[in-house]
Amino acid sequence: MPPLINADGIHKSFGGMEVLRGTTLRVDEGEVAAVIGRSGSGKSTLLRILNGLETCDAGFLSVDGERISGLERDLRRLRLKVGMVFQQFNLFPHLTAGENVMLAPRAVKRLSRPEAKSLAGEMLAGVGLADRFDAFPDQLSGGQQQRVAIARALAMRPRVLLCDEITSALDPELVGEVLEVVRKLAAAGMTLVLVTHEMRFAREVCDRLVFMHNGVVGEEGKPAELFSRPQTPELAAFIGQAGQGSAGR
Amino acid sequence: MIRFTFPDIVRGLVSGLFWTVGLSLIAFLGGGLAGFAILMARLSRNRIVSRAASLYIEFFQGAPLLMQLFLVFFGFSLLGFNISPLATAASVLTLYAGAYLGEIWRGSVESLPRGQWEAAESLALGRWAQLRLVILPQALRISIPPTVGFSVQLVKGTAVTSIIGFLEITKAGTMIANATYRPLMVYGLAALGYFLLCFPLSLAARRLERRFHAPADKR
Ligand SMILES: Nc1ncnc2c1ncn2[C@@H]1O[C@H](COP(=O)(O)OP(=O)(O)OP(=O)(O)O)[C@@H](O)[C@H]1O
Ligand SMILES: [Mg+2]
Repeated sequence: MPPLINADGIHKSFGGMEVLRGTTLRVDEGEVAAVIGRSGSGKSTLLRILNGLETCDAGFLSVDGERISGLERDLRRLRLKVGMVFQQFNLFPHLTAGENVMLAPRAVKRLSRPEAKSLAGEMLAGVGLADRFDAFPDQLSGGQQQRVAIARALAMRPRVLLCDEITSALDPELVGEVLEVVRKLAAAGMTLVLVTHEMRFAREVCDRLVFMHNGVVGEEGKPAELFSRPQTPELAAFIGQAGQGSAGR
Repeated sequence: MIRFTFPDIVRGLVSGLFWTVGLSLIAFLGGGLAGFAILMARLSRNRIVSRAASLYIEFFQGAPLLMQLFLVFFGFSLLGFNISPLATAASVLTLYAGAYLGEIWRGSVESLPRGQWEAAESLALGRWAQLRLVILPQALRISIPPTVGFSVQLVKGTAVTSIIGFLEITKAGTMIANATYRPLMVYGLAALGYFLLCFPLSLAARRLERRFHAPADKR
């Protein structure tokens, strides 16, 4: 079976700075991949290219067997297959939790109001927030907001969900509830690409670890193997630092 | 010489005030439409369209309103078109208000975090749906106080149209003052007229400002 996401030789520069220098990433259906790497190594840029928020300068990208070009129509088709959750939640503050989830199914998939409403109810229940349907984002905790954001992305029934450091903006005591939702999704067979600094979580939940370094994938493999036997000094150094950094969690 | 009684003076000024209000309304409504078009052009991904809109804004914000009136009024008569003071005043003020409102609204749109666009985009919404469902509703809230604030400027701005002979309250005041030799009283009353129009607007602007900046607690 071909990989669900096939990104090959992706190049991306901002101004004169080359951030991605031929990054290659393949993610199979049902796989959970964690992308790790130092700040500025291009993790977010890679994720943003995977759902068309950025276009790449060169390289090949296909999702679900469909080749993606830079044209707008293609990008919308890409986004139907690829959901995204952001570090800062980015909920729509003028809409309730339920309306946040209903918005895209109504506007893009043309669901009727009752259909969208029951879908949103189902999605919010899935992240444990069935009772907060009518709450506005500023009435929710950070952890709850992020769970609404996950529900909102899942309501479009994407083939893969991209998560860019979705617990980094949360107070430590709220991280667990969001990771729990991700863990449930992984167990349910959802394809996930997670940029994360939660090394323990990556080791426990992910099938594959992808270490980005200098705009390319420096190393990748099973988390347990990579953690115990890093092949490059860069990864060894990164694991050492990250181990100290997240020791408190 | 005709003798003006006090009621005559007030009547003259009130009919001028009527035209001040009318001109303000025309300019605000026309300017609102123009401003929305300017906003859309500024947000366009087409560089030329967006650049043209910002040139428009720079021109109408950069040149004194008086010059704009002269240019249109005398420009058209030089070209042989006879354009009435009302038409001149209405069209110039509409273009002027369009520039300011377009700029105010663009500022509101741009004050929203990038993440709002990106979240909408990542949900496969098209550009127009992103604007209509996510961006404009939020920008509208932010822009109400400065929009009402600008309407005060616009009402006062109508005074310059007296120069080209448009008979709003300032022009009415000038004529009556010249005829009665009582400029202080006449202009004082005219100023009171402006105050009666502008004060409620300023008050509303300040109220709205406070309301929209209050911590979002009750809805
Ligand atoms: N839109 C942009 N314009 C200019 N430079 C950018 C842009 N987006 C990212 N960059 C730069 O590209 C580099 C890689 O950024 P990216 O956000 O992909 O890194 P990252 O691995 O996600 O880092 P972090 O762990 O801090 O999130 C950084 O140096 C960043 O400053
Ligand atoms: Mg990042």
